[in-house]
Amino acid sequence: MRRVTTFAQIIRTCEEENWKLADYFLYQEMDWRQREGEDSSPEAILEKMEINLQVMESAAKEGIGGVQSYSGLTGYDATRLNAYRSEKAPLGKSIYLDAIVNAIAINEVNASMGLICATPTAGSCGVVPGILLAAREHLKLTRRQQLDFLITSGGCGLMIGNLASISGAEGGCQAEIGSASGMAAAALAEAAGGTPQASTNALAIALKGLLGLVCDPVASLVEVPCIKRNATGVVNAIASAEMALAGMQSRIPTDEVISAMHSVGQLMPSALRETALGGLALTPTARRYTRELKQTGKITWKERKGPLPSI
Amino acid sequence: MAKFHSIFDIIGPVMIGPSSSHTAGAVRIGLASRAIFGETPENVQITFFGSFAHTYKGHGTDLALIGGLLGLSTANPDIRYAYDLAKETGMKVKIVTSQEKMKHPNTAEVRMTKGSRTVSVTGISTGGGSIDLVEIDGFNVHVHNDNPVILIFHMDRPGVIASVTRVIGQHRLNISQMEVSRKTKGKLALMLIATDGEIPDATLEEIAAVKHIVQIIDLSEIRREPNGTKALMAKGAAQ
Ligand code: SF4
Repeated sequence: MRRVTTFAQIIRTCEEENWKLADYFLYQEMDWRQREGEDSSPEAILEKMEINLQVMESAAKEGIGGVQSYSGLTGYDATRLNAYRSEKAPLGKSIYLDAIVNAIAINEVNASMGLICATPTAGSCGVVPGILLAAREHLKLTRRQQLDFLITSGGCGLMIGNLASISGAEGGCQAEIGSASGMAAAALAEAAGGTPQASTNALAIALKGLLGLVCDPVASLVEVPCIKRNATGVVNAIASAEMALAGMQSRIPTDEVISAMHSVGQLMPSALRETALGGLALTPTARRYTRELKQTGKITWKERKGPLPSI
Repeated sequence: MAKFHSIFDIIGPVMIGPSSSHTAGAVRIGLASRAIFGETPENVQITFFGSFAHTYKGHGTDLALIGGLLGLSTANPDIRYAYDLAKETGMKVKIVTSQEKMKHPNTAEVRMTKGSRTVSVTGISTGGGSIDLVEIDGFNVHVHNDNPVILIFHMDRPGVIASVTRVIGQHRLNISQMEVSRKTKGKLALMLIATDGEIPDATLEEIAAVKHIVQIIDLSEIRREPNGTKALMAKGAAQ
């Protein structure tokens, strides 16, 4: 199979061959593995992806059970969200809420030095699995469809990584949470029955939504704002998939959106690319956390006293 | 040139959080040190330099390095309990920080002792889980975990280096990088050989049979470990 470099070409191939994006990216992976002299059977690829999926499942479970970050700054928010979902949920139960619970859980596990699967990075590891684990309930996805979800996400991430960036140090948080959100949007649209055209529209819409997002980790820890930004990535992805499934089209083609993302990353000052020298990382409170971490190795975050806001 | 080739460069690797340079990189420095020492040390002194000195606590870099010294992989959730495991294993750990300026901010020195034997290793976490070793037992080296690397301790005698490269050549392995350092003329020297493909055990045995070879250490493990390491190195994941 000839390696192509644009989504326009990928869509054309998929339409000619009547493939989904997951088919395309699976064949591309087989092709690559064959050239590398590795086992290029679909079974080998699906098996490897199955291991990643299992890590995602166990991370979500662990996070909902309640974990605290190693620094002490964050933790137990997935437990809180999960209780809120089952007890109150005044805004209604939805795929959005289900996906957020998973996404926060998985990223809290990352901060607690637990086992995660980077998607595409550790800081953004909650977005894709967060949506997948919620969508499989809502859409009744088979195991194979769940693996296809990850293959489509991975394939879209490959394109973004090669044409723009998936590293916060290179492209800011748009490259991490933004990329994850775009990957998940495309996979969700496909899982819900969308065409490759619709999926790549979802990808473009999601990337545009988070274009310019800066990387400003407080005390250089992958916790604030990272963990809650995984939820941002989730809602942005689901909304983008819904719009694309409704037939809305990105006015700027997906390939051009990705190159715009690349140039935004290049224009971004280094203070806003993972160096913790700007944005939230420089707020007075963040500086206090940084000092405390340096002096004691821990950060104590005190919850506001009084009863939790009730409804 | 495409940076990423496989979907597993994006969905993966499976790793211990929270960040590849503070966790995976530090585990690998620990694993490399352990491989070089050849066994679990009785006493370890870890010195953190630069930004490692400031941030190691909250990031769990100490746990990761100790985990590596105990032989835990970058995907082993027990890394969280590394201090307890060290105690159980009977490995005493002392952590110190140094204000000394180093070339790279994420530098750690590991000094391992058992009985009268002491070996030191200095490593750098260069990002994305990748490491460089810059010092091994007083020898200045440049080991990068991109290629399979073997370390050969040998007596500094004429002809040893030529004999070793001949063996490797006979097995049709291509040497991509080679470095020889010695502290004193005629005494112990260290030869570092990086190859394009991994060196099979049979070849290693043949090298070990060369006269004046004292010890061979194969560092390929650390590169492979645990899965998808290549991706981890290309990615430069968060921090
Ligand atoms: S803020 Fe930076 S470290 Fe945190 S998720 Fe975004 S890119 Fe990663």
